[in-house]
Amino acid sequence: MSINWLVEPLQYEFMQRGMIAAVLVGIVCAIVGTYVVLRGMAFFGDALAHTILPGIAIGYLITGGARDTLFWWALGTAVIAALGIGAISKQAEIKEDTAIGIIFAGMFALGIALISTVQSYAVDLTHFLFGDVLGVSAQSLWLIIIFGAIVLLTIAAFYKEFLTLSFDPILAATLRLPVNLLNNVLLCLIAVTVAVSLQTVGVALMVAMLVTPAATAYLLTKRLPVMMALSALFAALSGVIGLYLSYYWSIASGASIVLTATMFFVIAFLWKRIRSR
Amino acid sequence: MYPHSNHQTDKPILDVRSVSVRYNGRVALDDVTFHLHVGERIAVVGPNGAGKSTLFKVVSGVLQSQSGEVTISGSQPTVHSCIAYIPQRSQVDWNFPVSVADVVMMGRSAKLGPLNWPKKRDWDFVNHALETVEIGNLSKRQISQLSGGQQQRMFIARALAQEAELMLMDEPLTGLDTPAQEGLLDLLDTLREQKVTVMVATHDLEQAAKHFDRIMLLNKKIVAFGDPQSVLHSDNLLSAYGGRFRIIVDGHEDLLTLDDSCCDEGEHDHVH
Repeated sequence: MSINWLVEPLQYEFMQRGMIAAVLVGIVCAIVGTYVVLRGMAFFGDALAHTILPGIAIGYLITGGARDTLFWWALGTAVIAALGIGAISKQAEIKEDTAIGIIFAGMFALGIALISTVQSYAVDLTHFLFGDVLGVSAQSLWLIIIFGAIVLLTIAAFYKEFLTLSFDPILAATLRLPVNLLNNVLLCLIAVTVAVSLQTVGVALMVAMLVTPAATAYLLTKRLPVMMALSALFAALSGVIGLYLSYYWSIASGASIVLTATMFFVIAFLWKRIRSR
Repeated sequence: MYPHSNHQTDKPILDVRSVSVRYNGRVALDDVTFHLHVGERIAVVGPNGAGKSTLFKVVSGVLQSQSGEVTISGSQPTVHSCIAYIPQRSQVDWNFPVSVADVVMMGRSAKLGPLNWPKKRDWDFVNHALETVEIGNLSKRQISQLSGGQQQRMFIARALAQEAELMLMDEPLTGLDTPAQEGLLDLLDTLREQKVTVMVATHDLEQAAKHFDRIMLLNKKIVAFGDPQSVLHSDNLLSAYGGRFRIIVDGHEDLLTLDDSCCDEGEHDHVH
């Protein structure tokens, strides 16, 4: 018995790039995801991911399907959508989740409608919806590295502000922290994370990367730094294990990564249940 | 970047003038005027929906009033980081992954300034605050592992770490057993020694009468404000509560021992 089965997939460059992308995206999603979980923003994250589809679609139509420029379309749409949803959810006429639901489904439908005007749409749409981590180019990988680093550095720089704001917004206000600015920065960080994750897990499964590893970590610790570290660990492991499963069992890479993350959650959940008996 | 207090010591620590607040056309506070001096201890009593939480939010500068003016030592609340709002325990996410010391350190976020991490001096502040409220031994506990009284003490420690000079406590005694309530009231004496001005919203009129310098009877407007003897007589109480309270005449004194008969839930003000 050799370790050939571990090494074999890595002889392909696309597997190496995919592996690196899956791990990096997983870590960024996992750290941002701790705030998504703690602040109850899972639905926002899911909606945001779906809302960027028309932006991607327009980029796709204009550039004739060039993958590398799609990141910028995704990024631009995500930031606008995040700030837009953030502003709309403050109005009082309709409940926040209803408002988000309307926008997210409408935008998602618009994206599908736009993409469906192209002949080969089924294949491309599948990639946008479910990701194509094995198609990550060297250039895309660099974008993931740079923007992922920006997200992580911002979270590190404003760690105590985000912590205070998330735990007790009124305290943040009485301490005269710039609450609105910080909230918008956090929304933008989630937006950047969504854009960065597009190629790995796609629009439809993105919420799993934002929520599942962080929720798994939440079950296992009661300290935020530990939660972030565990969340990143679970996400990175999910990326690696998910890709091996994808390679050997020929399952879609995005789904395989998400299923692995889900498996970690189920194990943590059951372990906690049994232990607390 | 974050403001630091600029106090004019000749001015009252809190001066509220003709403050009115409406939510969606519903009056929450109506022409409220009063002022407090440094080190005073005030109980704010009134029925649910009387505007106690709203008053605290206006005073702390979290909520803008439609008319009137609030000044803290001569300037508007939003330039001060010395006002601590201690939330109702029911409004806190006790499963949030933080320790007691983490929460108390949050009080130092403003003093630390952006991009700075806590230094030894800040941890000293936190530990000292925890010693002051007598839960120094619990600093590493996750916050859900505290009793109700300890939770309340943690928030007072956080206010001390914030170097608060005006503490607004929203129903701190609600849901605590009698020893915990007594312990907390004793702690108010310690705060007074440190020249901290305290406003406490409470449902317990008896404790208000026993432990506070002045009582504010609030029902959207100030029904009465003064020493307990003069405020807690039945005309005022009827005017504030309508028929919603019960009076237990306590022995020979004029002072009534009574209890707000309704609701442990507290107010639910919606701020947008």
